[in-house]
Amino acid sequence: MAGNKRKIQEINAGSMADIAFLLLIFFLVATTMSNDKGIMRTLPPMPPEDQKLEDQKVKQRNLMLVFVNSRGDVMASNGADQQGQNFNIRDKADAQRLTEKVQEFVLNLSNAENLPEKKEVDLEMPDGSKTKYRESLGVVSLQTTRDTDYETYILVQDALTRAFSEVRNIASMSLFAGRQFADLNNDEKKVVIDAVPLKISEAEPRQKGQK
Amino acid sequence: MAVMKKKGSKGLPPISTASLPDVIFMILFFFMVSTTMREQELLVSYQLPQATEVQKLEKKNLVSYINIGRPVLHMQGKYGTASQIQLNDAFKTADDIGTFIAAEREALDEADRIFMTTSIKADKGTKMGIITDVKQALRRAHALKISYAAIEPRK
Repeated sequence: MAGNKRKIQEINAGSMADIAFLLLIFFLVATTMSNDKGIMRTLPPMPPEDQKLEDQKVKQRNLMLVFVNSRGDVMASNGADQQGQNFNIRDKADAQRLTEKVQEFVLNLSNAENLPEKKEVDLEMPDGSKTKYRESLGVVSLQTTRDTDYETYILVQDALTRAFSEVRNIASMSLFAGRQFADLNNDEKKVVIDAVPLKISEAEPRQKGQK
Repeated sequence: MAVMKKKGSKGLPPISTASLPDVIFMILFFFMVSTTMREQELLVSYQLPQATEVQKLEKKNLVSYINIGRPVLHMQGKYGTASQIQLNDAFKTADDIGTFIAAEREALDEADRIFMTTSIKADKGTKMGIITDVKQALRRAHALKISYAAIEPRK
């Protein structure tokens, strides 16, 4: 019974900090911060080799051409106007102008002759009912040269994505009683995505000197 | 009072370090949660472009990475400074992407294969020629979901 009287010795925790430091340093070295964000895109599947070219013809009014040259200048023109508009994509205000132009093109609020046609589609709402929506047939065609900088390309992609998100927002407001696209649940988002598909077509890059 | 003063002049009591392990453990747990294991050694250096309309990549195990950029310093003697494509742990060409994608797809569960995403991490100075070659190779390999890695600008 002498043991009872003796005070139980405390475990020395002084080296605990060292152990923790060691683990900390191991994790600092062996791991990376995950900053995996990016612009999501779905590539078109390779066309079958026997596909005829005429199948892919798009009406002039439904096509907007966005061309980025090797110096980073951006030119956008919808098929119907003769003269393209130039944008300096590195300038925030100018990038916004491009976004607005694309948005105006896709939406075609005034039902202008030279802007895309619309096709009435039936959308299946999450509750099973059907709603009619006038889907725009506009396609944005993005072309680059082989010498274009990737940074410029991403800036243009970003501007285009922004335009389509705006359009989705507008569609979401009209379909779901004034609610923003970001506030919808996944099923509802799917309906809006069906109504406003991301129609960005990327042509094969032009070779130098090729028309 | 006089006694007290005398005691004080003997020196400050040592600062207790008993809570130091707790603090360090807290930092440790933060790092364990917020980081992921480094999977491959980067042989290229890149500065990602900036974009605002970015989406987070959801499932890490379904993502394969293609790194494109200038070789890191100790590889420059052998490969020069022109942009290179890194797949796994070696420099490859766009023609090898088909095999790479096939191997990555093979490693996944059959049910997950359609959700496979390829993340293109390219330096912002890369020429579009290389990117286009990669994209064409991905199309041929039927890896159609891609993500152009970018960082959000600071607000």
